This record gives sequence, C-alpha cells and structure tokens, in this order.
Amino acid sequence: MLEIKNLHVKLEEEDKQILKGVNLSVEAGKVHAIMGPNGSGKSTLSYVLSGRDGYEVTDGSATLDGDDLLALEPEERAAAGLFLAFQYPVEIPGVGNMTFLRTAVNAQRKARGEEEMSAADFLKEVRTRAKALKIDAEMLKRPVNVGFSGGEKKRNEILQMAMLEPKMCILDETDSGLDVDAMKLVSDGVNALRDEGRGFLVITHYQRLLDHIKPDVVHIMADGRIIKTGGPELALEVEQNGYADILSEVQ
Amino acid sequence: MALAERRISATEARIAGLELPRGGWTEAARQDALARLRAMGLPERRDEYWRFTRPDTLSQAETPRAALFKPEETEIFSDLDRLKIVFVDGVFDAAQSDDLSLEGVTIERLADASVTDIHWARDLYGTLEARGQVPVQRPFAALNTAFATDGLMIHVIGKPSKPISLVYVHDSETSDAILHHVVKVEPGAEVTLLENGPAAARFNKCMEIDVADGGKLHLIRSQGRDHERRAVTHLFARLGEESVFKAFTLTVNGVLTRNEAFVELTGDDATVHVAGACVGDGDFHHDDTVFITHDAVNCESRQVFKKVLRNGATGVFQGKILVKEGAQKTDGYQISQSLLLDGDSQFLAKPELEIYADDVACSHGSTSGAIDEEALFYLRSRGVPAGAATDLLTLAFLAEAVDEIEDPDLAADIVSRLESWLARRR
Ligand SMILES: Nc1ncnc2c1ncn2[C@@H]1O[C@H](COP(=O)(O)OP(=O)(O)OP(=O)(O)O)[C@@H](O)[C@H]1O
Ligand SMILES: [Mg+2]
Repeated sequence: MLEIKNLHVKLEEEDKQILKGVNLSVEAGKVHAIMGPNGSGKSTLSYVLSGRDGYEVTDGSATLDGDDLLALEPEERAAAGLFLAFQYPVEIPGVGNMTFLRTAVNAQRKARGEEEMSAADFLKEVRTRAKALKIDAEMLKRPVNVGFSGGEKKRNEILQMAMLEPKMCILDETDSGLDVDAMKLVSDGVNALRDEGRGFLVITHYQRLLDHIKPDVVHIMADGRIIKTGGPELALEVEQNGYADILSEVQ
Repeated sequence: MALAERRISATEARIAGLELPRGGWTEAARQDALARLRAMGLPERRDEYWRFTRPDTLSQAETPRAALFKPEETEIFSDLDRLKIVFVDGVFDAAQSDDLSLEGVTIERLADASVTDIHWARDLYGTLEARGQVPVQRPFAALNTAFATDGLMIHVIGKPSKPISLVYVHDSETSDAILHHVVKVEPGAEVTLLENGPAAARFNKCMEIDVADGGKLHLIRSQGRDHERRAVTHLFARLGEESVFKAFTLTVNGVLTRNEAFVELTGDDATVHVAGACVGDGDFHHDDTVFITHDAVNCESRQVFKKVLRNGATGVFQGKILVKEGAQKTDGYQISQSLLLDGDSQFLAKPELEIYADDVACSHGSTSGAIDEEALFYLRSRGVPAGAATDLLTLAFLAEAVDEIEDPDLAADIVSRLESWLARRR
C-alpha cells in the first residue's frame, strides 16, 4: 500500500540532510511501528509523506497504492487516503471543531467525486465516534484544539481519523501525553479501524502503546535510515536495552 | 504663515460651492459649526491625526468621480423585516422608502425638524459633534454639521418591533453627499439601526447619538462595494447610566474610507462596543479612528477591529482609550489586527491609552500577520484545498469582530458577504 524507496530528504532552507535513504513498505491490513532515538527523522518522514513545506526530496520515491505521493498537494494526498495524526496538533482559533470536521469530510468526498454528507448524518456520525473517544459536545463546539489538554488533542486527532476513514494512517507519537485510560481509549479507537484494506504506521517511543496496538512489524530508525526491522519482539528489546546495542550492531 | 494661509484657502475653496441651509433652529447650530470649521481649517497631509490617511481627496473642492457598481448579489439586509428608508446620492427618496411611522420611534427629516420650534434634537444637533472636537479636531464633522443637506432625526421612545434600515444608493458618478443624523434613545428604549450602501461618489456622514439611562442602541452598517467611492464618517455618542451602544461596521472595497467614532461614557455602568471588519484589495485604504472617553464609574468599552488586506491595500487604526480622573473600575479593551494576505499590503496602527484613575483594567493590542502556515497545512492535511483553507482561516481571523454582532441573523448576513468577497477572489 505505502511504498517508500530510498527516500532522501533535506531541509529546504539549510544544507541539512535528514532522511538518508528510507526504505519501507506497509501492506494493507498491517500495522507497522517505527521507533528510534529523538531526532532520528521519524516526524520528518511523516511530514514529507503528508506534504508539508520546508523539505526537499533529493532522491527516492513514495507511493500510495501506486500513486506518486510526492507529486500531490497535501489535500490531494488526504483525498487519496493518507492521514497523519500529528505529534503536535495545531490550534486554530476561530474555527469550530465541528465546522472543521465537516469541511474536511466533505472536501475529501468532493475530491473523490462522492456525494457530500448530509448535516444530519454527519452529526450522528460525529456524536457516535466522539462518544467512543469520550469527547464531549462542549469540546466539539470549541475552536479546533484551542485550550485542549495534551491528551484531548490526541483524542481529537483520532476522532478526525475515524471520521475521515483514511486507508493509510500515520500516527506520530499519538501516545505521548496520554494517561493510562486515554491510552486505552485511543488504542481502542485505532484497533476499531484496523481492517483488511487499511494500513498503519505507528511512530512511538514506548512499548506501552504497542501492548494495545499490536504491530505486525517493528522498524528502528536512526540517523535518517531504517536500520533494523523485525517483529514485535524488537520493541521489547528496545524497551529493555535502549538503542545502544542495535546502533553498535549496525556500525 | 504660508501653511496657515494654504489651509484657509483650501477650506474656503471647499465650502465655496456649498450652501448653508437657512431657516429654523438648525441655522444657528450650522453657523456655529461653520465658525468651528473656519477656526480649524480642513485637515492637511502633515496633520498628526491624518498621518496615515491622505485627506486631500476628501477635502478638495471638486468631487472625485466614482464609477457606479451594480453587484450581482442581493442587497444586504434585504431579507429582513425592517423599516426601509432610502437616500439616493444623499437625498431622501420617499418613493423607495417605507412609511416612516413605526411604534416606539419618531423619524423626521432634518429640514422638517428644523422648522419645528420645540424639538428634542435642538440640544443635540451640532452639540455632540462640538464636544467631539476636543481634544482632537475633526473638521470634516464640523463641515458636515454646517452644510448637511439631509438626514434623519430619530427619536426612540420605546422598543420598535423591527430595525430601522437606512439604505444609501449611489446613482451619480459625481455625487457629493453630506448627511447628518441625530439619534436619541430615551431611558429604557431600544432600537437597531442598519445602514448600507455606498451612498455617493464622496460621502460625508455624521451621526450624533444620545443614549439615555438604560437605553440601548445597536448599529450595524455595511459600507457598499463601489470600488471608487470615498467616505468620511463620524459617530459621536454620549452614553448615560447603564446604557448600551454597540456598533459594527463591515467595509468591503471603497478606495478611501475614514470612519471615526467618538464616544463618551458619561453615566455609570455604561457599555460601548465599537467593532469593524474590513476586507480590501488593491486600491483600498481603510481607516478606523476611535476615541473613547471613560468619564463615569464601572463602564466597559471594547474596540475590536480586524482588517484583511491584499494586493497593496492599506489599513489604518488609530484608537484611544481615555480614562478620566474618577472613572474607577473602568474595563477597557482594544484590539486591532490585520491579516496581510500578501507582502504588498500594509497596516498602520496607533493604539493609545491615557489613564488618570487608579482602579482600572485596560488592555490593548495590535498585530499584523500573515496566514498561519501551520494551521493552513493542518487543514490541507485533512483534505481541505488550499483556497478553502485560507478562506476558513480568514473568516476565523475576522470572527472576533463579527462576534460583536448580537443578532445571529445579522451576523450571518455579514458573514455571507465576507464569504462571497473571499470566493470572488479565488
Ligand atoms: N524545520 C527544521 N529546521 C531545522 N531542523 C529540523 C527541522 N525539521 C527537522 N529538523 C531536524 O531534523 C532532525 C529530525 O527531526 P524529527 O522531528 O524528524 O525527529 P524525530 O525522530 O521525530 O524526533 P522525536 O522522537 O524527538 O520526535 C532533528 O535533528 C531536527 O532538529
Ligand atoms: Mg517526532
């Protein structure tokens, strides 16, 4: 589903290479996890895939079901089924959460040539999805992420994901800032979306999240590359021993 | 000396072609205003209060031409149940207007009121304007009081069932309109006034407002989309105890607009909100100049001005809160912000506070910025196309000003105008 080949990325403004040949392939129906030290390039990878400005792809490719992601505008990537749950969700004063969600859902539908969702259907859908994530009506009315706690922001990301039903979901440290109960809620939310046709790329620092969202494959990223790939046991190894062994192993 | 002479001759040149209406009690007030005008002279470019806005096209004798513009959209407020009063190029048009009778209010034309010997407006016409000449001079308002050719005297004694809607039609490319309204809201009375339309090629409008104890006035105006029109408007308001005055102005296009508001809070526990949203591009210059005086205890004032500028447009804000000695427990808020949609546009702001009481809470802020790239990317990453996302963020930027409109239908009407302005620029 998601194919990343030899992806090289530098910063547009500076001469700084961040991704130095990433190879990664996520199949439909699978959950891949990426772990790795701070600053290794995990968020950069997720931003480049979703089309954020400020990066220059110097080599390599990234496709979603064969479509060249890197040639698309961010909104086209979203309409093609890519979703990024941000490590740091953005606050948007003045735009109501509901308006935001409805605009996004209908924009994607329109881009795919589908009919817009009726106001009533939308409301019903949001209420059900929000309830499952313990997001109350008050939070839905407030401006997007404004004044939300860290955990509320992350739950709001999952709500958006649930409403948009993307086929490729990238979660960047969605577990950070979550308390134990919220972690469970969010994981349940993610697990509920797991199915045959959907792929996940879960970026995390902690095994804890992977207890709830069981990955099929675990990758270790360091210094802009995937340096090791394995099964769920790889995450346990990192949890116990840190990255030192793995890093020296590769060198 | 040369300077003073130039000012005098420019002022005389401007008024040479104007005729001071004779007869009735307004004549004395007009003569006083003319004397005030002559003493001050019309503004010049180097005047401090006109530092950011060139007054020459507003003061020159010859009216700058403004092409007529026929928008394809339906006129704002036209769906509302309202009492409609039409002025064409600054002249009352009875044929297009509703009957002026409405329970809770009396409405007369200035000329008719002037020949009524005992009249409530007698103490107000030119009086509030004259009060507003200190400490800063507003010569265009004095010119207005002296030479106004038409206007309404609106006496609110109850709670009229519908808004009074003044519609200003622009029909001649060289019209030069001078309108002067006086509004008096009696104790406990309440009314909504609406104003819309370009009015004339050049429009000088003055509104004197007296809100008595416990009275309420809502004023919502939309200044008309003619690109070449010019306007200088003044609001002079005096607020009694526990009274409320809330004004909101939408400005879409117009080559030059200067909106001044001078408000005195003279009764305890009074509230004034003056807000404005303007959107302009290209040859667009919009100036909000506001002066609010707190002269009583426990009053609240809010100034909320938002400007969206693109393609070389200019926005100006000069706002002052003056808290007089003894005006304790004042709550003053002032914010002026611009959203620059490109690098060519500019925003010039001069926020001021002057406080002579110790127990007050006043805040002011002024910012100028571009669309938040992070927010834009966030929206786009959710599938919202760049154009729609920019519009959404632009409306969000304007929201704080639009939120000052209490009536949801009026607010919705205003928002739809803003949306279509944005949509036309996609
Ligand atoms: N816009 C930028 N300007 C300067 N440096 C940047 C920028 N974006 C990324 N970097 C640098 O690139 C490297 C990778 O950053 P990135 O955020 O991708 O790391 P990460 O693996 O997500 O780290 P963390 O685990 O802390 O979230 C870091 O050294 C970071 O400082
Ligand atoms: Mg990161």
